[in-house]
Amino acid sequence: MELYVEIKKNLPGFVLDVKFEGSKERIALLGASGSGKTMTLRCIAGLVKPDEGKIIFNGKTFFDSEKGINVKPKHRKLGFLFQNYALFPHLTVKDNIAFGIRGLSNQERNLRVGNLLERFDLTGLENRYPHLISGGQQQRTALARTIATEPDIILLDEPFSALDEHLRSHMAKEMLEILKEFGGTTLFVTHNIEEAYRICEKIAVLCFGELHVFGSKKDVFENPQTSEAARITGCKNIVEAVRIDDEHIEIPLWNIRIKTDSKTKAEKGYYGVRANHIQLSNGNSSGNVFKARIVGNIETQFRQTVYLKFAEAPNGNSDYHVQWEVSKDVWDKISKEPGLINIRLPQDKMYFEK
Amino acid sequence: MIDDFSPLWISMRSSACATLITLVFGVAAAWFVAAYSKKTKGLIDSILTLPMILPPTVVGFFLLIIFGKNGFIGGFLEKFNIEIIFSWAAIVIAASVVSFPLMYRTVRAAFEQIDSNILDAARVLGANEFKLLFKVAIPVAWPGIAAGTILSFARSLGEFGATLMVAGNIPGRTQTIPVAIFFAAEGGEMDKAYLWVALIFVISLIVMVLMNYWSGFQAKLLSHPRGKL
Repeated sequence: MELYVEIKKNLPGFVLDVKFEGSKERIALLGASGSGKTMTLRCIAGLVKPDEGKIIFNGKTFFDSEKGINVKPKHRKLGFLFQNYALFPHLTVKDNIAFGIRGLSNQERNLRVGNLLERFDLTGLENRYPHLISGGQQQRTALARTIATEPDIILLDEPFSALDEHLRSHMAKEMLEILKEFGGTTLFVTHNIEEAYRICEKIAVLCFGELHVFGSKKDVFENPQTSEAARITGCKNIVEAVRIDDEHIEIPLWNIRIKTDSKTKAEKGYYGVRANHIQLSNGNSSGNVFKARIVGNIETQFRQTVYLKFAEAPNGNSDYHVQWEVSKDVWDKISKEPGLINIRLPQDKMYFEK
Repeated sequence: MIDDFSPLWISMRSSACATLITLVFGVAAAWFVAAYSKKTKGLIDSILTLPMILPPTVVGFFLLIIFGKNGFIGGFLEKFNIEIIFSWAAIVIAASVVSFPLMYRTVRAAFEQIDSNILDAARVLGANEFKLLFKVAIPVAWPGIAAGTILSFARSLGEFGATLMVAGNIPGRTQTIPVAIFFAAEGGEMDKAYLWVALIFVISLIVMVLMNYWSGFQAKLLSHPRGKL
């Protein structure tokens, strides 16, 4: 394994306790704010010292609490892209990029900076100061500065959060190309599921300092392991559930029984269904088809969010039971039909112990 | 009328020297406290700020004890026939000690205002502590350091109590403008006092106005994250 991380650190409000391994791949650390994802990154970079644990990269021990090893950040040979880019305000774009380059003659150094300026589309801006260039240009400068030192591992801390929506998707595409070209281990901290999915091959979900699930992005989305991880990966509908037998669970609040592929043996747990995994059914077919009433809807630019209540449910006071994302075509069809509609819930692994 | 301008030169020269000394020690102390001290910060900070709070005569008293013939440093220097008390050096020492807290506090605040990510970025990019301080922290905190320098200079120029105690009033050798004002007023030479007062008033005002313009310009330079000047 290229990277081995095992850290424990007491933080105000929670304990960071994570363990994972990674090879030459792009790994997303996904979590809500305050989940410890940035702290994990800072520990790997050596900017924060964990209380206990081990960090090994490429056979080199960065940190080992038992052996008393704590390598300084400057000797870890890593690239760190900060959320606010942390460009040096007193240096020009060119000097920012050149800051970390060592052991080269002036000529070689200028050549490398020149190549990077060209590659990151910063030609013509080399003598500007950071506050005189746009947000996208600032990010490219910061990325060029990171790449300039030829790091062995790249750590990215919410790199797109300071950009507006349009620039965000554009920069994400550019970033992906640069990271593919880099080819080494990359850790990408984000709270945005879409960015994590788009840029990374693997996803680790962090909640309150604990690693809930870690695996290929597809696996993590199909089987998030915990209800909290399901929520963080974008699952909108999570409800308490009771296990009936190996194949069925019951949801008391909705008064329905669902067939599931989950192997969880817990008597009580949680069931989750993604808003876009619910399907419209013609009502004839068997298996996870239920009658529901539309209680509300909200239009978004491309889709419709529909709020449903199960017909069989006891008269509870909750306004709706599930949130459903449908295309405008489907919405046009169902909104004209009065009364109850038939929906099918997926038969998947979304029953969790906790 | 003023027939001897030596207090002006003595004041200017000693203030410039004192400012240089406080600049070096003030920046070093500020960096140490801002970057390294954690648990002991409150205590160290209090000790370094004391000369600003204590009456100048108390500072003068301590300096007399330290630099006097029986003092810790004064006794040592006497072996080499160097006498500090009532010399030009005493003015510089008194002004340095009294103006040090102004420099230290202003620069420390400037260091503490640096976005910690910028310092971390430098560390990750391989900067050692020397490069971190001289290539990043000092340039970024430069407006604060300049402000501290000007404040220290102004304070050194106005130093009276401690100076009088350790340097005395030797015309042509240790008589600074504030001391000259005191003795002129006491001796009934009001014309002379007026002139010195006017002079120091003008110098101080010029220094402060320059500083305000300059820091306004600096603030403009740094407060435009993406804008133009």
